[in-house]
Amino acid sequence: MRHVLSVLVENEPGVLSRVAGLFSGRGFNIDSLNVGPTLEQGVSLMTITTHGEEQIIEQIVKQLRKVVSIIKVVDLTDLKSVEREMVLLKVNADDAKRAEILRVVDIFRCKVVDVSTDEITLEVTGDQGKIQAIVNLLQRFGIKEFARTGTVALRRSMQL
Amino acid sequence: MELTGAQILLESLTREGVKHIFGFPGGAVIDIYNEIPNYPVQHFLVRHEQGAVHAADGYARSTGKVGVCLVTSGPGATNTVTGIATAYMDSIPVVIFTGQVPTPLIGNDAFQEVDIVGITRPCTKHNYLVKDIKTLARTIKEAFYIASTGRPGPVLVDLPKDVMQTRTTYSYPESISLRSYNPNYIPNRKQVKKAARMISKAERPLIYAGGGVISSQASEIMSRLARRYSIPVTATLMGLGSFPGNDPLWLGMLGMHGTYAANMAVNNSDVLISVGARFDDRVTGKVNTFAPRAKIIHVDIDPTSIRKNVSVHIPIVSDCLNALQAMEEELDALGDVDWQAKHDSWIKTTSGWSSEHPLRYDEGKEFIKPQYVLEKIYEITKGEAIISTEVGQNQMWAAQFYRYHSPRTLLTSGGLGTMGYGFPAAIGAQVAHPDKLVIDIAGDGSIQMNIQEMATAMSYKLPVKIVILNNGYLGMVRQWQELFYNKNYCSTCLHLNPDFVKLAQAFGAEGYLVEKTEDVVPVLKKAFSSPLPCIIDIRVEPEENVYPMVPAGASLTEMLLV
Repeated sequence: MRHVLSVLVENEPGVLSRVAGLFSGRGFNIDSLNVGPTLEQGVSLMTITTHGEEQIIEQIVKQLRKVVSIIKVVDLTDLKSVEREMVLLKVNADDAKRAEILRVVDIFRCKVVDVSTDEITLEVTGDQGKIQAIVNLLQRFGIKEFARTGTVALRRSMQL
Repeated sequence: MELTGAQILLESLTREGVKHIFGFPGGAVIDIYNEIPNYPVQHFLVRHEQGAVHAADGYARSTGKVGVCLVTSGPGATNTVTGIATAYMDSIPVVIFTGQVPTPLIGNDAFQEVDIVGITRPCTKHNYLVKDIKTLARTIKEAFYIASTGRPGPVLVDLPKDVMQTRTTYSYPESISLRSYNPNYIPNRKQVKKAARMISKAERPLIYAGGGVISSQASEIMSRLARRYSIPVTATLMGLGSFPGNDPLWLGMLGMHGTYAANMAVNNSDVLISVGARFDDRVTGKVNTFAPRAKIIHVDIDPTSIRKNVSVHIPIVSDCLNALQAMEEELDALGDVDWQAKHDSWIKTTSGWSSEHPLRYDEGKEFIKPQYVLEKIYEITKGEAIISTEVGQNQMWAAQFYRYHSPRTLLTSGGLGTMGYGFPAAIGAQVAHPDKLVIDIAGDGSIQMNIQEMATAMSYKLPVKIVILNNGYLGMVRQWQELFYNKNYCSTCLHLNPDFVKLAQAFGAEGYLVEKTEDVVPVLKKAFSSPLPCIIDIRVEPEENVYPMVPAGASLTEMLLV
């Protein structure tokens, strides 16, 4: 099963390597990994999506907690949480296709961030399902380049 | 007070109470070596950096204190890796200081530069590269703190040469707390209560002790508990010495080369109390047939040990000592129970297994039996020596036929299985215990992996005794080849062993050759009373096997017996 882990780490050299090395050394999977600074200086937040059986996920969480540079690990899977991912994608858009692409942009509430005579670059934000859907829709025009951030997630304030 | 980095290091070591360090100098650490004579720290010059880490490890295992070693950058640092991984697998507190090229050169492929922090990341508990002298004192404090607390382990500190030369104001932190590192020492009382209730209902309880009992100093209370509540005890290789090997409740080691009684007891027990052990594959055999009738209570300070290999009924994350203390209180609270009577038939069953299939071997006709040598070493030393081992058959016979009476008397590479560990570890133990008899049980293969340390033993007059069970083979691999690979003895026959007697003499030590069974005891006695390091080369039955044996991947009950 897919799990989203929110991992608060000391922002020191080698911390990413400690986490990545732990996953590769023990044969755990990383589906996506996102890192960025938090509001507290010297602390970063990693969002790791992974999958595996319950016993494996339990080991992943415990092994992460054991790393001295890791401050806190929360498995968001069993909690109510919001998840987002951003994708930049460059799609073929000659005059004949542009209108149709813009309609999709509208429906998916994404943004055009760059445009030229034959290409459009879009910014799409959403969960994995939405991103997969827009990729499916745009594939027939030809997606030329594709960059995604990996999932970021936060626990919802109200755990109903 | 302004000090250089090198002075800060030595001053901090002094404050940590470090009296002995094992090391080897080099360009990147000359500044540190330059200061050593000015501090009350004795440095032991080894002949290979691997030996330095094993010696620090043997020092740590035999005392419970943190072992310390110091080596130079590049090859000095890479040579420590096997020693570090050995300490890591067995949870031994060691702090390794490595030299590093000056900070401006890091990353430039400078002479003797290696990314040792990167290399040792997966085999240290934690590691540091000190780039700023202002963080040096605190880093050293953290290193000792992390190495020695929670589940202990090796911590490496990489020290660039320029940082050792720079000056700064020195102050050493009195205490330390890290928001990201808080090992849980205190057991959850509810879990302990549940465990106590489960034990009180058990008819066939069994204690399965691991190295954690020794590192948390819980041997005494565990032994008391076993006797008060009449529970038989088995232990892992790392747990040997946690319970007296001559106690009637002692069943011997369990696992691949465990005793018949211990493995049968695991198979038949209804409550298995695992204390400070981690259900390693050499212990469990086939995991899904391990302890099939038992509910399992698992006490371990490391949460990752729990449910890693085996699912357990009552996990207790805690220091073993605290958990067992709480357990005793909870068991007492259950009121008067005649435990002896309650477990009487179970104890009779387990001791029946012990007498039915004790550890045994066929008497040697032509050759000396290695097991006989171990039995005699036990008799001569009355179990009061510190025994270290190499790895392989010698290690297993040392685990089976010498009875360990107290903790920290067996030093052996259990997890990593490092050949070449025993001799330098014995040197470390001898440094810590100058008045004790320290014996390395070796094979003719293993001893050649770190024999250079004889020069170290000689230099510091450390009278370590090396008993080579010389069978002319890499015996354990040969045994597997015999049993599972159609006797295809590929690369396991050691045709051209050196003359170990002359080798000892070449170092200035004593060498003895023993070829007859009747000579074993007199020669051992003579060597053990010598003030010099000795090699006792004992020619043993070449194709003797270690039994019982559970083939890899089989269930514990599928033992091959003698």
